Amino acid sequence: MEGFGPSLAFWVLAALTLVAAGGVMVSRNLLHAVLFLILTFIGVAGFFVLLSADFIAMAQVIIYVGAIAVLVLFAVLLTPRSGRDNGETRWALPGILLAVCLAAIFLFVVHDTAWNTVDEAPAGLDARSLGTALLTTWVVPFEIASVLLTAALVGAIMLTRSPEEEAEDALV
Amino acid sequence: MTPGIEHFLTVGALLFCLGLAISLSKRNAIGVLMGVELMLNAVNLTLITFSRFAVSSNPITGHTFVVFILTVAAAEAAVALALAVAVYRNRETIDVDRLNLLRS
Repeated sequence: MEGFGPSLAFWVLAALTLVAAGGVMVSRNLLHAVLFLILTFIGVAGFFVLLSADFIAMAQVIIYVGAIAVLVLFAVLLTPRSGRDNGETRWALPGILLAVCLAAIFLFVVHDTAWNTVDEAPAGLDARSLGTALLTTWVVPFEIASVLLTAALVGAIMLTRSPEEEAEDALV
Repeated sequence: MTPGIEHFLTVGALLFCLGLAISLSKRNAIGVLMGVELMLNAVNLTLITFSRFAVSSNPITGHTFVVFILTVAAAEAAVALALAVAVYRNRETIDVDRLNLLRS
């Protein structure tokens, strides 16, 4: 990864992603936190482009920025009387301490390991080889994933039905 | 400074720990879910980084893993947010401090 462009893109994306993730942590309003979350997803999609994973970047934009962000926004709007407060629990401090310790361990491992890396992007990282791998080597997990998605769809619909709707269905 | 594998892994690690801190410390159940989504994103970033930089004869496997994580994340978000809405309908709150029905 040589040249000025990738370096600039990396530092801009790193700043954008980490600042937006920090915004999710510190913003008091839950809706602002969701908007910061969307910004973080966009930053991670930019990283995927930088790491020559074009198809994954597209999927990230469509699934996370398009679907999951809208789902989270809907959940915020469907729970109006629970408040828009994005505050911490009484047990926040141990959790934050654990995260800081884990970050220290991760950073030590990342910077202490002598990584054996290649400089230029390896061949065969395009959408064609991804599709071939999904439908030959990994076809069984691929089918299981489709069953999982169907189960999640049915489960989400069943969980969010109101008692009146269930009573109506019981009469038929 | 040219970004190498350490830089991408550092961003992934920091993003994961931020997501962990968010999911452990937020009071609103939707805030907890947002932390979980951030952690899944950080794992995806780390897998794509290894897929790009590691010496491997079959680098596409990391991308395949990321596709499955995306699928599971979408299913998890749908079910978890449906659970939050269902809990809100019964209790009028999704504050995880106050969901203590199992406490004697």
